[in-house]
Amino acid sequence: MTALLTSAPRAARKPRYTADQVPLSTVIWRMVAGAVVLLIFVIPYLIMFFGSVKTKSEIRSVEPTYFPTEWHWENYLTMWFTPETPLVQNLISTIVISVFATLLVLLVALPAAYYTARARFPGRLVFMFLVIVTQMLQPAVLTSGLFRQFGFLGISDTWLAMILINAAFNLSFAVWIMHSFFAGIPKEVDEAAQLDGAGRLTVLFKINLPLVWPGIVTAIVFTFVACWNEFAASLVILSTAGNQPMAVALTKFVGQYETSWHYVFGVSIVAIVPVVVLFMLIEKRLIGGLTAGSVK
Amino acid sequence: MTQTIHEPPTQTGTATGRPRSGPARQRAAAGTRLSDLISALPWIGPALVLIFGVVLFPAVVMFYNSTRDISLSGLDKGPVGFANYATLLEFTPLGGIMLRTLIWVVAVVALTVLISLVLAQFLNKSFPGRQIVRLAVIIPWAASVVMTTLVVYYGLEGYIGIINKFLVDIQLIDGPYGWTKNPVSAFSWSIGIAVFVSLPFTTYTILAGLQSVPGDILEAAKMDGAGRIRTYFGIVLPQLRGALSVAVLINIINVFNSLPILKIMTGSIPGYDADTVMTMIFKYIQNEHKIDVASALSVVAFLIVIVIVAIYVKVVKPMKEV
Repeated sequence: MTALLTSAPRAARKPRYTADQVPLSTVIWRMVAGAVVLLIFVIPYLIMFFGSVKTKSEIRSVEPTYFPTEWHWENYLTMWFTPETPLVQNLISTIVISVFATLLVLLVALPAAYYTARARFPGRLVFMFLVIVTQMLQPAVLTSGLFRQFGFLGISDTWLAMILINAAFNLSFAVWIMHSFFAGIPKEVDEAAQLDGAGRLTVLFKINLPLVWPGIVTAIVFTFVACWNEFAASLVILSTAGNQPMAVALTKFVGQYETSWHYVFGVSIVAIVPVVVLFMLIEKRLIGGLTAGSVK
Repeated sequence: MTQTIHEPPTQTGTATGRPRSGPARQRAAAGTRLSDLISALPWIGPALVLIFGVVLFPAVVMFYNSTRDISLSGLDKGPVGFANYATLLEFTPLGGIMLRTLIWVVAVVALTVLISLVLAQFLNKSFPGRQIVRLAVIIPWAASVVMTTLVVYYGLEGYIGIINKFLVDIQLIDGPYGWTKNPVSAFSWSIGIAVFVSLPFTTYTILAGLQSVPGDILEAAKMDGAGRIRTYFGIVLPQLRGALSVAVLINIINVFNSLPILKIMTGSIPGYDADTVMTMIFKYIQNEHKIDVASALSVVAFLIVIVIVAIYVKVVKPMKEV
């Protein structure tokens, strides 16, 4: 009954959910709830950050402190030379593997994405189906096969092996997101250029690439971050300490008699901040590539 | 970088010259279709090589190894049929491992989806600072799961852990507790971490789904006097079906494949009381060096994943827009 009475004036209103039409109390309530959500998602990383500037005796104290009593920024220099693992080499390894795997993905995925979006050929659907199945597979479930195969090839425990693995398993996201961007360009644009005598490569580089740039950036960032954080395959394939990426190296601190947690967290902060910033840049386009466009 | 793209100018030249529209294709002879495929190869070939060489071939190697007797040092000592699978079946903790894998996947995915539904609904409302909150939600997605898990592991350490201190300070527990020493508590905290790192993707997927709920239908429901709860269950939730099926299936695969959380949280507990299929595979590879049994269990895991992928393809229909 009350609903019926109030519905009349409301019906006259313009669309809801705009800030100026919500009562102030509701807006304040939402901001408070927003602050709580923000805090929940940030807290683990704040603990890391505060821990990273504590001294070893403070972070290992039986009376833990929420905030550092003194800020020891020099931890960010000394942490690289801790005896548990060669962290400088681990950092180099992480960078080399991620950069080259990302380049390889781009080199391989870009032509495939372009061609499947623009040309019709027999086997096109089979190819796209393979891409989707690959996206669902992860190195973890195939590690025992990968381990043996790369052992036979004699490239176990090399950067090359991890570059190939990372590239292969991230290929599908890149193909998919770039495919959807290429498909979004009207065919007439290509046809007009081709009428003017431009070849397929000219069309791709001069006409299409500038238009699909956001898709390429999304593919690059997503691939890079995924390679940066890869764990399962690296754990088995890379046996030499110096070859391992940071994600694997840091697990060696667990179960140590006297874990240098302040160093673990310092390295974690250095490893996390850049990729979080990169991910935030492509925030709006992440879902389209991951869900194969089935969620709009 | 541009090297391989430049390589095939001749084939592509011929391909562009040929009519490619619908009717023309139907008239095309079998030979023309083959040459269409050949002219596509320079473009999709490298991707195919990578997919076959590093994704599909290792799967074949895995199947093959699961029927071989491989020594601890990695020497292949010949075929053994299904003996490795028999070894698995005789392994008493396997039942518990299977049950725990099921609990792991169901608990993590159910909690993740429920929390994400609430979170997405909230982040879809407008308020000052919403964009900052949305960006904060992304952090566990971009951050290494290993590192996120390590900070929780430290927090739960007996006397030095900050989560223990917090729980004592708010008087939830009387004194510090060794959460990571006991399989049940370590496993439960692992579920919490897995939910935490799965929330960003799930929330973003549901948020994308919420964009597709037409505003005028919500308006109409309101005019007809439908309450908030009825509107949500009657209109919003059915509209989210697509987004939810994507979120649920991709999460099932991710959570099933997840290794780092349990490896860090429960890896130092002796025995197999906190293992899932995935952590067990890695125990076989790394601790016991039984690559043949590891392959057999991997094959089982692989088949489970393939079933989920098949359901995904059937339910979500990702191919419909290709």
